[in-house]
Amino acid sequence: MYFRPTTIDEAIGALASQGGRILAGGTDFFATQGDRPVLGPVLDISAIDALKGIRVEADQIRIGACATWSEVIAADLPPAFDALKAAAAEVGGWQIQNLGTIAGNLCNASPAADGVPPLLALDAAIELAGPAGTRRLPLDQFILGPRRTALAPGEMVVAILVPRRFEDARSHFMKLGGRRYLVISIVMVAAQVALDLQGRVAGARVAVGSCSAVACRLPALERALLGVAAGAGLAGLVRTEHLAPLRPIDDVRATALYRLEAAQTLIGRALDACLSEPAHA
Amino acid sequence: MPDSAARLGFMLNGQMVEVGSAPIARLSAVLRDELGLTGTKVGCDAGDCGACTVLLDGEPVCSCLIAVGQVRGRTVTSIEGLPDASPSAASLQAAFLKHGAAQCGICTPGMLSAAAALLDRQAAPSEARVMDAIGGVLCRCTGYRKIVDAILDVGGGPSCAVDASPLAGRAVGARIERLDGRRKVDGSEIFGADAVPGDALSVRAIRSPHHRARFHFGDIDGFVRRHPGIARVFTADDIPGDNCFGVIGPFADQPVFAVGEARFRGEAVALVAGDAAVLAALDPADFPVTWEELPPLIEMDDALAETAPRLHDGRPGNILTRGRVARGDLDVGFAAAAVVVEGLFETGFVEHAYIEPEAGFARRVGDRIEIQACTQAPYMDRDDIARILGLPALAVRIIPTAVGGGFGSKLDLSIQPFIALAAWHLGRPARMVYSRTESIMTTTKRHPARMRVRIGADQDGRLTAMDFAGDFNTGAYASWGPTVANRVPVHASGPYFIPAYRATTRAVHTNLVPAGAFRGFGVPQAAIAQEQLFDELADRLGIDRLDFRLRNVLTVGVPTVTGQVFDAGVGIRACLEALRPRRDAARAEVRAFNAAQTGSLRRGIGFAGMWYGCGNTSLPNPSTMRVGLRADGRIILHQGAVDIGQGSNTVIPQICADALGAPLDLFDFVSGDTDLTPDCGKTSASRQTFVSGKAAYLAGQALRRAILREANAGEDATLTFADGGVTVEERGHRRALPLKELTPDARGYVLAAEATFDPPTSPLDENGQGEPYAVFGYGAHLAEIEVDLALGTVKVLKLTAAHDVGRAINPTLLEGQIEGGAAQGLGLALMEEFFPGRGENLHDYLIPTVGDMPPVTSILIEDAAPIGPFGAKGIGEQALIPTAPAILNAIYDATGARIRRAPATPDRVRAAIRALEIREVKTRDDTHA
Repeated sequence: MYFRPTTIDEAIGALASQGGRILAGGTDFFATQGDRPVLGPVLDISAIDALKGIRVEADQIRIGACATWSEVIAADLPPAFDALKAAAAEVGGWQIQNLGTIAGNLCNASPAADGVPPLLALDAAIELAGPAGTRRLPLDQFILGPRRTALAPGEMVVAILVPRRFEDARSHFMKLGGRRYLVISIVMVAAQVALDLQGRVAGARVAVGSCSAVACRLPALERALLGVAAGAGLAGLVRTEHLAPLRPIDDVRATALYRLEAAQTLIGRALDACLSEPAHA
Repeated sequence: MPDSAARLGFMLNGQMVEVGSAPIARLSAVLRDELGLTGTKVGCDAGDCGACTVLLDGEPVCSCLIAVGQVRGRTVTSIEGLPDASPSAASLQAAFLKHGAAQCGICTPGMLSAAAALLDRQAAPSEARVMDAIGGVLCRCTGYRKIVDAILDVGGGPSCAVDASPLAGRAVGARIERLDGRRKVDGSEIFGADAVPGDALSVRAIRSPHHRARFHFGDIDGFVRRHPGIARVFTADDIPGDNCFGVIGPFADQPVFAVGEARFRGEAVALVAGDAAVLAALDPADFPVTWEELPPLIEMDDALAETAPRLHDGRPGNILTRGRVARGDLDVGFAAAAVVVEGLFETGFVEHAYIEPEAGFARRVGDRIEIQACTQAPYMDRDDIARILGLPALAVRIIPTAVGGGFGSKLDLSIQPFIALAAWHLGRPARMVYSRTESIMTTTKRHPARMRVRIGADQDGRLTAMDFAGDFNTGAYASWGPTVANRVPVHASGPYFIPAYRATTRAVHTNLVPAGAFRGFGVPQAAIAQEQLFDELADRLGIDRLDFRLRNVLTVGVPTVTGQVFDAGVGIRACLEALRPRRDAARAEVRAFNAAQTGSLRRGIGFAGMWYGCGNTSLPNPSTMRVGLRADGRIILHQGAVDIGQGSNTVIPQICADALGAPLDLFDFVSGDTDLTPDCGKTSASRQTFVSGKAAYLAGQALRRAILREANAGEDATLTFADGGVTVEERGHRRALPLKELTPDARGYVLAAEATFDPPTSPLDENGQGEPYAVFGYGAHLAEIEVDLALGTVKVLKLTAAHDVGRAINPTLLEGQIEGGAAQGLGLALMEEFFPGRGENLHDYLIPTVGDMPPVTSILIEDAAPIGPFGAKGIGEQALIPTAPAILNAIYDATGARIRRAPATPDRVRAAIRALEIREVKTRDDTHA
C-alpha cells in the first residue's frame, strides 16, 4: 500500500491509521531493500510542500524534512554551515545528493551518517510531529544508537532546526574514506570555531562520526579550547584524553586503533582549517 | 491495479506516458520492464554504481532509488531521449566514441546522463567539476580518463585523433572508433538482462547462508502447492545429465546444486521457477530447507592441517593442484649472491565488480536448448550445459549478448545451468538476473595469495637465484585454480633472466567462494612480491632501481625460467627504457616537493616490470574465423571472439580487412553464436587479438587467395574492393570479378574462407621446462604518488605505462585497455579486498571511482612478434600486472614503509609508518642512552 499525502496532517493521520515506512528521498529506503519486495504500507512524504526547502527564520534556520543535500549545497547559509555543506558535497555522488534528504540521513541513524557531525556541531534540534502534536528534541537525544531513533510510533520528522547563535563561527568538515566519492567514511570530523576580537577561542564545537555507535561531540576538547589564543593554531591542543567519548570498532574499513589516531589528526586539521579558511572561499 | 484511474502519468523523453506498475516500484524497473527502455542499466539497486542514472526534471538521479509514484507529473529523461532533451548529448555521444570512452558500455548511459546534466548547466567545466559530476557512476573498464577527456572535449577542451574510414590496407594501426560503439552510446546495446521473451518464467536459487552446512529439504511439494504461480522446484535430482561442471574438464567438480552439504556461503541447493511477480515476492526463508551449520575451513592453514576435513575426495590435504618450475641449482645461486632479500607477501580476495550482473534467458526449441546470456566463453558454456542436461553438444546453442564487463569471472557458468534446466523441463523460456549481492557472493574471485619469496643478486647487480613458494586460496571448487597454480611459477620471475630458480605453488581448497580467473591468473599477485623485492635488492646493492632491472631483463636469445628462448619480440628493455625520462623528471620533482614539505605529505615514485604469456599454458587453444564475400561485394566476417568491452569486435575486423586488402567499410559481422560462428575459444588469457586475430588474418589472406584464384591472377595482383565488386589488376590488366555470376554457397557467399590458428607451444616437463606460450607481452609502469604520513592515505598522482604490444592494431583501444587495467591494478594496490560473508555490495567492496584515477600516459612499444597478426601481442591482462607493485614501491619510496599485505589501505599504511616512527624513536633513545 502506497500513500502520498500533500499535508503533514494527512501524513500523521495515515501513520495513525495504517502505520507504514516513511519514504522521502529513497536513498536509504531502496538501498536497504535489496531484491526483496516492498511489503506493508509506505508513506511517501515527498509531495508535502510544508516539508520542503530551507528557511531562514528569526532565531533559527529550518531545514525541511524533504530538503535534499543538493539544496543544502545551493542554499545561502552563514559560514557556520560550511561544514554541513561540505558534508553534503561528500554524500555519495551527485545523483544521491539530488535525492537524499538530510532528515532521512538522521532517521537512518547510521554511525557513519554524514549529516550528523556537522549538525551536532550546530546544536541542531529535530522537530517531530505526531498524533500528540509536535515536539522538539536535541539531535543527540534523537539518535539513540545504530539504526535507532527516538521517533515514537506515529511520529515523523518535520524539520531540522538550527539556532542562529553561531552564525559567525567558521566551520569545517573532513571525511576520510577508502576512496574518493561514493564512500562510507572511516572517520569524519566537523569542527566549528568562533574567535573573539582578540583572536581567542570564544566557542569551539567538535563532533566525530564513524568512531562510536552514534556520532558525538567532544566536550572536554571544546572546553580546553575556550579562551585559547588561536594565532599559533589549535591542532596541537588536541589530546588523546579528549577522545574519551569515542568507541571505535574494527571493521572492513579500518581498525579501531587507526580510527582513533586518524580522528585526532583530522580534528586538529579541521580546527586549524576553521582558522585559516575565509568564509565562503 | 491496471485500472486507468490508478495509472500514473509522467513525461518521459518528451511524451506523456502512463504506467500501471505499483507506485512503489523502482523507476528503473518500470522503465525497463514495463516501458521496455532497457538503455537504463541496473548494476546494484542500491545507488552504489550510478549505472541507472536518468534525469529527473533535468537533474541526474539514480532511478533505482526512486519510486515511480514520486515522478508523477514530472519529467524523466532516459538515454533513449537524451539526445532530444539535452543540447550537449549528441556531442557527448560523438566524443565518447572518438575518445574510446565506452568500452563494454554498461555504464555509458549513466555516464552520458550525468555528463549531459553538467554540460547543460556549465558549457566549459573544469576537470574537477567533471569529476564531481560523474563521481557517482562507477566504470570498471576504462579507468575513467577517456571519459573525462571526452566530456572536457565537448566543453571546449582538447580533442583527440581519430581515423575515420581508413582506406584499404590502412586499417591496422588506425585509431578507428569502436565498430559496435554507436549502440553503446545510444543505449540500444543488448546486454544479458535486456532481452526477455514475453512469456518467460523467472528462476531464483535457494542458497546456503553458511560457509559450510549440511541441509535437509522439507516438504517441497507442499511449498509448491502453497505458492500459486510457482511452477516447480528443482534440486540435484532433476538434473538429466551430470550434476557437475567446471572450466577445466579433468578438474570439474562444481555441482549445479549441492547434495547433502553446501561447501560455501551462497552455494545453490535448489531452484524455484515461476511467474516473475510471484518469485519477486518470494521470501527465500519460506523455502523448506533446514541448515545444520558445520565448522568451515576459512584459512588456508586450517585447510592444510592434517586433521582438516577434506572438501573433495582424491584431493588430500585439500590441495587441488600444485605447480612447479625449477631451473639451475638454487644452492649455487644463493651462494653466489652478495645480497639476499626475502619476504612474505599476501593479497586478499578481489571481486571483478563488472557493472553488469550475470543475466540471461534460456528457451527450449524442440530437442535443443538455446541460451542467450552474457558470457566470455560460449563454446565452453555449450559443452558444460550439454553435460548437465545430458545432451549432445550440438543440441545446445549459446548466443552471447553484449557483456557488461567480465575480467575472467564470466568464463565460468553462473545463471546458465539454472535457466537451462528450468526451460528444458518446463518448456517455457526461463530468465535469471543476479542481484548484486548474489553476483558478489557466488561468482569467482581473484585468488588470495600468500607468497614466501627469496631472491639473491651478486655485487654487480645480476640476479643469481630466486625461490618462490606460493599458496593460493582457491575456495570450494576448482574453477581456474589449476591455471593459477600453473601460470604463477612460469611468471613469478618477472621478465628477467634468473639462472637458478624454483617456484612452487599450491591451490588450496577452503569453504569459501571459488576463486577463479581474474585478469592475470595469479601473476599480479606474484608481481607484487617479486617487484618489491627487486627494489630492496637494488637498494641494498646501491644500484639504481631501473638500472638494476635493465641489467637483468630478458632479451632475444636469453632463456626464460622455463628454458624458452625467443629470437624476436622481447620488448621489456624498451618498456623500461621508455619510463626513464619521466622517471628522472619525476624523481627530481619528488625530491623538491619533499624537501619543501613541513607537513605530513610525502611524495614518491615506483615502477615495476611485467611479462605475460598470451593464450593457454602449454595447451591447445585454437580459434577459427570464417569470412565470406557476397555477390553484392559485401564481406561478412563470422567473428566469434566475444567482445567483453576490450574491443575484439573492432580489432579483429581491422586485422582481417588488411589481410584481405579490403576497406573496413565493406564488412558486415556475424557475432558470437555457436550456431553461426566457428569456435574462437574464450575471451581470456589475453588471447583474442593474438590467437583469434591471427585466425582472422589467415582467413582474410585465404579469401584473398580464393579471389585471386577465381581471377586466375597471381599473388602480386592488386585487389580493389569498390562499387559492389572486386577488381583485379595485374601487370596493367584490370578486370572486374563477375561476382553475380558465381554460385553462392549455403550461406550466400560467392567466395569464402575459413582459417584456424592454434599457437605453437610445448608441454612443460616435471620441472616446468618447455615452451608454455608462443608469445609474451611485456610492460612496465611508473607510479607517482603522494602519501599523507599521518593518515596513511595514498593518492596516485600520475601513471606512465609502457607496453610492448608487438603491433598497435588500434592505439585508442590499446590505451583504453591500459588505462582500465591500471585502474584495476590501482584498486588491487590500495582498496580492493572482499571478505566472504561481509560486504557483498558495492559500498563495502570499493573499486576506484573517477576521483581515484590519475592521468595515464601510455607508451606503445612495437617489438613485433613474428607469429602474431601483423606482429601483435595481447594486452588485456598485461595492463593490470605492473600497476600494484609500482604503487607499492612508490609508497616505500615516499615513506620508507614496505607494505607486504595488499591492499595498502590507510590503516595498513599508517600502521607500517607508525612502526617505523617507533623504531626511529627507539633508535634515537638507544643512541642517547
